[in-house]
Amino acid sequence: MGTRTLRRTLSGVVAAGVMGLAAAPATAQEQYFGIPSSRVGPYAAMGTGYYGGIIDYINYVNIKHGGVNGVKLTYEECETEYNAARTVECYQRLLQKGDQKIVVFDTLGTPGAYAVIGRMQPDNVVLAQYGYGRTDAADGRVWPWVFNAAGHYWAQSAAHLNFIAQKEGGIDKMKGKTLVHLHIDTAYGREPIPAMRDLAAKWGFKLVEISIPPPGLEQQSMWLQIRQQRPDWVTFWGAGSGMNSTAMTSAARIGFPREKMLYVTFGGAEEDMIPAGDAAKGTYVASNAVPGKWPLIEDMEKVLYGAGKGNLQNPARVGTAYYNRGVGAAVMWVEALKNAQQMHNKVGKPVNGPEFRDGYEAIDMSEAKLKELGIHGMLAPFKLSCAKHDGAEQWRMMQWNGQKFDIVSDWLGPNDPASIRKMIEDSAAKYAGENGITPRACP
Amino acid sequence: MSDFNFFLEVLIGGLLSGLMYSLVALGFVLIYKASGVFNFAQGAMVFLAVLSFVGFMELGLSFWAALPVTIAMMVLVGMATERFVLRPLVNQNENTLLMATIGLAFVIEGVAQLAWGVDVRRLDLGIRDEPMPWLADNFGIFVSELDITAGVVAAVMVAALAVLFSTTKAGRGLRAVADDPAAAMSIGIPLQQIWMLVWATAGVVALVAGMLWGARSGVQFALVLLALKAMPVLIIGGFTSVPGVIVAGLIVGATEKLAEVYIGPYFGGGIEGWAPYMLAVLFLLVRPEGLFGEKIIRRV
Amino acid sequence: MLYREAGQFRTTYAQDSQLLPLWQDKVGMAAILGVGFLVIPFVASDYWLSALLIPWLILSLVALGQNILMGYAGQLSLGAAGFMAVGAFACYNLILRIEGIPFLVALFLSGICSAAVGIVFGLPSLRIRGLYLAVATLASQFFIVWALDKFGWFKNYDIAGVITAQPIIIFGHNFNSPQEKYWVVLGIVVVLTLLAKNMARGSIGRGWMAVRDMDVAAEVTGLPLMWTKLQAFAISSFYCGVGGALFAFAYLQTVEPSAFTIDLSFRILFMVIIGGIGTILGSFLGAGFILLTPIFLNIFFHTVLGKAVDATVASALEQIIFGAMIITFLIVEPLGLARLWQLTKERLRLWPFPH
Repeated sequence: MGTRTLRRTLSGVVAAGVMGLAAAPATAQEQYFGIPSSRVGPYAAMGTGYYGGIIDYINYVNIKHGGVNGVKLTYEECETEYNAARTVECYQRLLQKGDQKIVVFDTLGTPGAYAVIGRMQPDNVVLAQYGYGRTDAADGRVWPWVFNAAGHYWAQSAAHLNFIAQKEGGIDKMKGKTLVHLHIDTAYGREPIPAMRDLAAKWGFKLVEISIPPPGLEQQSMWLQIRQQRPDWVTFWGAGSGMNSTAMTSAARIGFPREKMLYVTFGGAEEDMIPAGDAAKGTYVASNAVPGKWPLIEDMEKVLYGAGKGNLQNPARVGTAYYNRGVGAAVMWVEALKNAQQMHNKVGKPVNGPEFRDGYEAIDMSEAKLKELGIHGMLAPFKLSCAKHDGAEQWRMMQWNGQKFDIVSDWLGPNDPASIRKMIEDSAAKYAGENGITPRACP
Repeated sequence: MSDFNFFLEVLIGGLLSGLMYSLVALGFVLIYKASGVFNFAQGAMVFLAVLSFVGFMELGLSFWAALPVTIAMMVLVGMATERFVLRPLVNQNENTLLMATIGLAFVIEGVAQLAWGVDVRRLDLGIRDEPMPWLADNFGIFVSELDITAGVVAAVMVAALAVLFSTTKAGRGLRAVADDPAAAMSIGIPLQQIWMLVWATAGVVALVAGMLWGARSGVQFALVLLALKAMPVLIIGGFTSVPGVIVAGLIVGATEKLAEVYIGPYFGGGIEGWAPYMLAVLFLLVRPEGLFGEKIIRRV
Repeated sequence: MLYREAGQFRTTYAQDSQLLPLWQDKVGMAAILGVGFLVIPFVASDYWLSALLIPWLILSLVALGQNILMGYAGQLSLGAAGFMAVGAFACYNLILRIEGIPFLVALFLSGICSAAVGIVFGLPSLRIRGLYLAVATLASQFFIVWALDKFGWFKNYDIAGVITAQPIIIFGHNFNSPQEKYWVVLGIVVVLTLLAKNMARGSIGRGWMAVRDMDVAAEVTGLPLMWTKLQAFAISSFYCGVGGALFAFAYLQTVEPSAFTIDLSFRILFMVIIGGIGTILGSFLGAGFILLTPIFLNIFFHTVLGKAVDATVASALEQIIFGAMIITFLIVEPLGLARLWQLTKERLRLWPFPH
């Protein structure tokens, strides 16, 4: 081990020396990214849209702005098939390219994120969980390298309940109501349950938890149970468009109104609605990166797809939920890179992992910034900090009208963000205690 | 809603789901019966068939034009499978053949996604999948038109296959091949044509199953996973029995729903995934060859 | 001429029962082990060690377990990933709950736990055979993963439902770097492989093979059928369990039960069939083929062809090529990759002469 590190340091020194000697200003500076995409299998529709959005934004920044302060963005792709073991392989493969390491990793899903989460600290890579993954990573003191800057599941479920309460006419009206949390039977599906139980006790509604074994193409028994419970609302926490669309068609089969169903972000894309056909009409969906042709998306379409340089096979998918989510994720990468260059005096030069992390932590998506980027309304304004690694914690609710989503609410967060934050800090503290981590001090 | 009514509803729901499983399982039985191969690629064939059907319709073909085109395509797939996979592997043991169908599954999945992309699609058969008001109002039973259609289709297919097997010349040849390929060949039954016929038929069965499932759950990759739902049906019914598939499908559907609704809550639910397999094990302990499978006689 | 056994006589019983009677085999094996232990860790990059070699060795071990059951004892089973999960979670809980338990002891005990579960799910094999048994063993796969997922105790009530594998500490040393982990895995795999080889060629293995070839006949000759079958299930599950624990501790590190899906079970089955049923070597070759081919195809498409080919098309093409390779291999050599090696040896014996 010792010799290896030494060798690497030596080669680094030698390389630096050589580069210093050559100091050719003509050599283009590059910042390298790794893309662990999933383009085949049950999650392909999600993977192609999301990673297509990321790649398109990278190319867009290169074409439109000549990179970030002159630093070209490059990327390598690797197929994970949405499988934890393959994700580890991809992570290790993408980790190093030449003498540059990746600075950020995004697995678009909880299983992949958990498979690599332990490698982030030793390798100095940022794990950017875009609205998925480990919730208590929102506590940056315990998880310096992990972010969930587009919202986590606890806040999201609280936002769902907030929306439902609004629809019902206020929190006091929730008393005595029955709510079914229908979820995929995995850790991800059970994740929001603590936050929901907490609110159920506080608000006085009855919470019934019903689980669906994956892949969930058959949900007859769950929906019969729902019919028996006669709930006022169903919150749905599924994964994979097979499960997501079957929930709606099964609801139609028992005559449960879709206007009383609220979907998690991972079930709320066009790809989840279309297969259900008319049965999907009326379903509510939470969104952290609102679909639509926002100015940035429109410009990307013009610049990339106009020139035949787009990544999506089907250009009609530009502006859909997963695509915009990918763009949202990549926007954060680029903003973090800008910050990192400025903070570490490296404008026009590539940055390394720790520098990028500092830049990510300094992301400030103000309203003005969002307007400047052309995504005001698509993402909620937020600001990260050393301790606060979660983002806006706000979602917009949308309703499927049979063709596309209608936006039906403004940005909506938990009713009581402080109590969610407390749960996060408690959970992070428990994790730190079990694993012998000393939380870092934050100013 | 009274408890008994609810029980009835779960039971009926289960039976109807079971029929949908039977449709998928039927394709497995056909091929196993004729060639002794457990066709791992059946799920992939369901996916390819219905995806192509929707794809052809997207290209502008009408429903009735796309149907024969897709059938023709599935027949071609069946013929190609016989020519390039089965024929070179004739007389190999069943593990090798199983593995070959796994390779085939990879190829078919890849081809389907290559040809038609990874977009998720809907399939509108014009059959409503919502409770029929008349039944719901008068009896409180929720059955949709699609449920009825699935039942009718399953019954028709089983009847047709039964006729095909027992009365036609090809069917009798097929049974002979299933019993003993070498003996069948020696009396002049054209083995290759029989296999081609069977794989083509399995392709058509896959299309029918795919259309009904696709109408309910959308046309997407997850259809490949339907094979997992079909397996307990297969072993309970016996790998070689066509009527067994229907009976077993009903049993599996009803038990898994009843188990999930009445036993599931004690364990936090989600037992549907393994309950049918446990049931299958119990069945097999009593009858190791399934309900309608041929009695296994072993001699030393 | 290169691989000639002429002139190598076995004059004593001890010589006759050697593991590697030929000097070529001895030299070859020593060379392989030497390279494996002493050369590879120093020349291979971290990527090769941690993303390819470690999972390959671990999956070879699991495939070996599957092969014991399927290839030697003839019991077609599809639950390997379930038993891996038992091993992984048992190891985690043993280290968590028993103060100061050495890693190797925990690893051994997790294999034992897995073996116990294997015996329970092996019971139906006393009555059910062949494909029916295979589907019946899927019950174990689904049940185990469901139970591990459902009951928080197994995961120490982690809020996210995952376990974080503890560091591998043997004799006070923390095996943390990819090289060190590789050594641990390689050492365990070599020991267990040797054990499997000896079981397979000893009386235990002959019992298995008798059951495989004709269980009724085996019983008639006085072989205790139940004992032999359950023994095969237990030993096979032991290997899967140890493999699963290593998979969690030396490879994935953070594990949720759904990492051990049915898909993994199938892949392990593929490894055995494509590698060669009833051969030790086949388990290694098959694991290599099934694990590494898709990865190499992916690397090929992304590095060699670069971004010229649409990535979605490339991923689909990879699947097609992989499937076609499987079919081609089976047509060329239905008995698996291990058989190819045997044929090569026979060629080498005669080479350069045709006969």
